Formats: sequence, structure tokens, C-alpha cells
Amino acid sequence: MTDLAALQVPGPIHEPLNAPFWEGVEAGVLRIQRCGACGASVFYPRPICPRCWSDALRWVEARGTGRLKSYSEIFKPGHPGWSPATPYLVGLVELTEGPVLMSHILAAGNAVAIGDALTFAPTDIGGRILPCFAKAGSETGREV
Amino acid sequence: MRHLSPRAAISGIGELKPQRRTDGVATMDLLMRVSAEAMADAEIGPEEVDGLLVAPQVGETPQHVPATVAEYFGMQPEMSNLVDLGGASGPGMIWRAAAAIAAGQCETVLCVIGNHRNPTPPRSPNRNPAREFDTPFGASGANTSYALLMQAHMAAHGCTAEDYAQIAAGSRANAQLNPMAIFFGQPAGVEEILASPMVASPLHLLEIVMPVAGADAVIVTTMERAARAPHKPVYLLGAGEKITHRAVSQAPDLTSGPLRPAMARALSQAGIAAADIDFLSFYDCYTIMVATTIEDAGLCAPGGFAAWLRDNGGMGPGARQPINTHGGQLGFGQPDLAGGMTHVVEAVRQIRGGTEGRQIEGCDTALVTGNGATMSEAVALVLGGTP
Repeated sequence: MTDLAALQVPGPIHEPLNAPFWEGVEAGVLRIQRCGACGASVFYPRPICPRCWSDALRWVEARGTGRLKSYSEIFKPGHPGWSPATPYLVGLVELTEGPVLMSHILAAGNAVAIGDALTFAPTDIGGRILPCFAKAGSETGREV
Repeated sequence: MRHLSPRAAISGIGELKPQRRTDGVATMDLLMRVSAEAMADAEIGPEEVDGLLVAPQVGETPQHVPATVAEYFGMQPEMSNLVDLGGASGPGMIWRAAAAIAAGQCETVLCVIGNHRNPTPPRSPNRNPAREFDTPFGASGANTSYALLMQAHMAAHGCTAEDYAQIAAGSRANAQLNPMAIFFGQPAGVEEILASPMVASPLHLLEIVMPVAGADAVIVTTMERAARAPHKPVYLLGAGEKITHRAVSQAPDLTSGPLRPAMARALSQAGIAAADIDFLSFYDCYTIMVATTIEDAGLCAPGGFAAWLRDNGGMGPGARQPINTHGGQLGFGQPDLAGGMTHVVEAVRQIRGGTEGRQIEGCDTALVTGNGATMSEAVALVLGGTP
């Protein structure tokens, strides 16, 4: 398997608002926002709840579980820095709390199906810890 | 019954032949040439144009686009704006032009869109949520987004790779009837399409548009002025628009998109059912987009697009409801944001009649769609030859 940590790829451009999210990932914790007014679980982070527009958003620890909503095995990446890792999997992860996020799926292309249970697996990609996911019960990606 | 009387019509069209690269040519150059063609087609001079709608220029002119284009064209418009809806920008210009005319702000609007193409386009300077939460996972680019949409559609409905590939094959077949198309002289069947390299599963290379340089322009004017133009006017009978999200992860639905309500509104305004439309000019950045649009138009139940296409007799000018007779962007090429306008221009040709080699018999109505970003920006138009 490709050494993801050695990839020369674009990392996230951090917005200060999102610092608790990224600090959590570094610490092995998946954080999302929850609205104290309407109860919505929110991801990606916002300054104000996008459902009820209250400013009562607070950070909470997500369970770190979800299911695979869709996936693609990438053979020709959008960024050339990803070429050494091809083919690799990206997927839409629907968290148990509801929000959906794009992520890197630590599995082979023929080993996943829509609906698979996933768990949070923070992984070093290009020298940064990113919130990747692996199939529930697998040990893949627990490198941090 | 029509719910809206047409108040504007299309009197002129222009389209440049797609090219793989345009070294040393700026986008402004292409925009001016295609605009001259559209004005000549309408038999008007630039002094008659008092409205100007433009689109983002990928890699050029990030701000003040309307003024930059107007100045270059030697125009001082009384209404101008930037329509920024990705592949839906072209159709989005048409109803905005009609609305500006109906509001009494101008009488003749030039809608122009195009882009040059260099071999190595600059990387996106985006600073938005996608750049922080999508790109770092190796998930950048439209191919990834549409692959995720297609995978979900396939899984939800049990459709096969062949089902989607027939859309690319049908588009290539139509391109053989259009000498302007980038794939003119290069047909491709289902087998060849499925044998092309996998780019992002389940999308094969030949299910993805080829990026080209090019430009399209459309003149929208008052009913009175259109009646004096040399060609039969093509009326805007209905329009609908809907924007649901930007990044595919935030899509409310992966198997149905905002074109569903946009088409419903356009058809309702025009007082016509989708099944009664003579020509379907459907935005086709990828095969999956046409599949979803057929279903979202209500032509068949969700998941039924392949059987519907077979019953339809394919996509050619002789089909029950022909689709994308210019080859679609899958056969014609995708001149960046102008790709969406090629669907408007082909609909105007078909309704005017006499399109050489591919005229649909008795074509009086067209349903045109535009689609941007990740099946997230949608515009639908109903165009017709009868006011």
C-alpha cells in the first residue's frame, strides 16, 4: 500500500473558525457542531446554524461512526500529487449524527459497498492528520 | 394551458467550432468573434444591443467582467451582469435577459459565453469549504463528484454500465451529423466506451466530456424586434431555476437533482408536458447527468432511463423525442461554461428548422437544461416557435 504520509498533495487551507475540528482530528477525536436552539448536527463548521440561524452552535464529540453513502475508486486524480496512490478510494460518509462528509476510505476498491459501516480513522496524508474512515472492525489506518 | 405569455424571443445565435487549444488567443477575442456572428445572424448592429450578460472567464478577469467585456466590445449597456451558475450559466442568461426586457430596462440583450484553452490550465485558487474539506482527501474535480453521483444512482436502481454507456454512444452517433463537433468522424459504440480507461469508478473516460475552447452567443430581444429579424423567432415559453448546494457531500439527494423542480416550473409556465416536447436539449457533462435528467423530467420513473431510451429509439433526429442532436457536449466537446449554451443554440436551430443533416421533423418545442457544479445549479427553459 502506498505511503500516504509521503504524498506531495494539497492539504486543507485552515479557517480559524474550524480550529476545534482540526485540533480534534490531531488528537484522534471527531468533532462536529450541534445547535443549542434547534438541535441540528452541523458539518462543515459554521459561525451560525444554517438550519435555524441561531448562534447557539457548540462543539460536540461525534461518535466517529457512519455509513458509506457513495464511493469512487480514483484512477486519474484531480491533483497530480495523488497519482502515486492510485487507485484509491474516496467516499461520502454519512455520520451517525446525520451530517455527510467527503473522506478518504482506507480500503481496496473491490472491498466496499454502499451502506457499509465505517469508523473514524485519522491518518497521516502528506504530513497532515486527516479525518479518514475505514470499514468498521478493520484495523486499517489506525496509524496515529 | 400556458401560465405565462412570452415577452421575449431569441433572434440571433452564434457558435464557434470547438478547438482543443487556442495558444495565444484570449477569451475576449473569442467572445467578440462569436458576438459578431450572433449579431449578424439577427441582422442587428452593436448599437441595437443595450443589455449584456456575461459569464466567469476561467483563469481570466476575476472581477468586473461585465464592464471589461462591454469596454472591449465598445458597448455602453443599460443592463449588464455576470451569470455565475457553472454549466447552467448559458440557459440562466436567457430568462434573465427576458426578465430585464419585461422590466423595461433594455430591449436587446447579448448573452455571450466562452473560453480559451491552454494545455495546462492554472490550478484553482479557491478558498472555500471544498478546499478545506474535500480537496485534501484526493477528491478534487468534477469527475470525482459525478462518479459519486453515478455510483449512488447505480446502486439505488441496479442500472448497468451498458445502460449509461448508451448515452455516450448516442451522443457520438449524433456528432456524426454535425461537422462542427469535436468527435465528428469518430463514432464510438457501447463496447468502445466501456473499454476506455476507468477515470473514477464507475465513470469511463468516454463518458466524460472533452474540454475544448469555444464560445456561444445568443441575442434575446422584444417580441416586436424579433418579428422583424430575418429568422423565425424562438420564444421563451417558460423557465425554472434551483440551486441546492455546492459540494457533492452537501447534496440533499444523490440520485435526483435541482433540475426536477426547475423543469417542473418551466414546463408549467409553458403549459406543456415533458412527454409532449419535440426536442430534449439536455445538459450532458457526464452520461449520468442525462440519465438523471430524463428521470427528473418525469419521462420515466427513477431508475427507468435505460428502458425509456430504448423505447425512445435512441437519441437521434429520428427518435420519438430526439436528444442532443448537435452531439451533446459528449460529442460536440465542452467549451467550458459555454457548454451549457450549446444546448440553447441547438434548440434554436431545431425550432427555426432546416438544420442541415439533422433536422427534427416538425420541431416546435424544446426543453433545454443547464447544470452546474455537482448537480447543484439548475436552469430549465422551454423554447418554442409558436408565441
